[in-house]
Amino acid sequence: MLELYLLLAVMLAAALVASETRNLLAAAVALGLVGFSVAIMFILAQAPDLAIVQIVVETLTVVFFTAVILRTTDVDTTVTQGLKMETAMFVAAFLAFGGLFLALIIGVLQEIPRFGEPVMRIAQEYVQLGLERTGAANIVSAIILDFRGYDTLGEATVLFTAVVGVLTVMRLASRKKPGEF
Amino acid sequence: MRGMSLIVQVMTGLLAGILLLYGGYIILHGHLTPGGGFAGGVLVAAALILVSLAFGAVEQVERREYILSSIFESSGGLLFLGLAVAGYLAADYFFRNAGLFYIGRPLELVSGGIIPLANIAIGLKVGAGLFAIFLALGASRFVMKE
Repeated sequence: MLELYLLLAVMLAAALVASETRNLLAAAVALGLVGFSVAIMFILAQAPDLAIVQIVVETLTVVFFTAVILRTTDVDTTVTQGLKMETAMFVAAFLAFGGLFLALIIGVLQEIPRFGEPVMRIAQEYVQLGLERTGAANIVSAIILDFRGYDTLGEATVLFTAVVGVLTVMRLASRKKPGEF
Repeated sequence: MRGMSLIVQVMTGLLAGILLLYGGYIILHGHLTPGGGFAGGVLVAAALILVSLAFGAVEQVERREYILSSIFESSGGLLFLGLAVAGYLAADYFFRNAGLFYIGRPLELVSGGIIPLANIAIGLKVGAGLFAIFLALGASRFVMKE
């Protein structure tokens, strides 16, 4: 429980920094800190699926923010001296993190249950009873449209919301021209 | 956009029908083979987008295309919701399938209860929805450029 409160404090501090700082890049990094703390919180709360999604989304968000900031503001990115030294450091850091990641992923992959033997009882039930209960040979369809139909309804709602949002925004944008739709 | 060269247009004319057919096949066989409403709907939308890119239909886009896409998208969503609610009304819980709808013999085309119907609904929804997004983005860019 203590680590959750510590994380919460870090997130609060990072959020304050993100909203108060004048440096946009620092704000983006602070925002990333908040997001990754949320990912760690998900792991602590034993929700690994959400943690994976959060890590992917947060990484993409930080990359996009950084790209946009670097393109739209004048940040001095020219490096005049010490280039070789920096390149060597980049390569060393890349190799170190790559090796660490590889070692971790090998360890993780050995923990995954074997194919067709899911850890959760409910999944075992889906695999065994799918054909008999639904009559659908495609087990994926049987799960997403029958056992988990409610989830799929949510997904369809997400798509519907996206379409409604795009149509609304684009209609507003094009309304400025009289005579066109 | 005034459409693309003659080669692209002829190729599109030959390919678009096959793409649409394949999309329909993926949707209708969703309960038998890999794929389903989402994948098949994307194929259908891709065929429609291919035609409108190759023949430059985007600049002549009018209310009709928008409204048709919206209607198909919404009716797909309503059909899916209707299947869920039908199970609720008839047998007291959402997405009731076994014992209420015709399950049939596995591996036949007409089998699986609501699953093929739900695949058709999702296919309609995804295909028309993606095409509507494409129309909105393409048409608004054209309007803004004028």
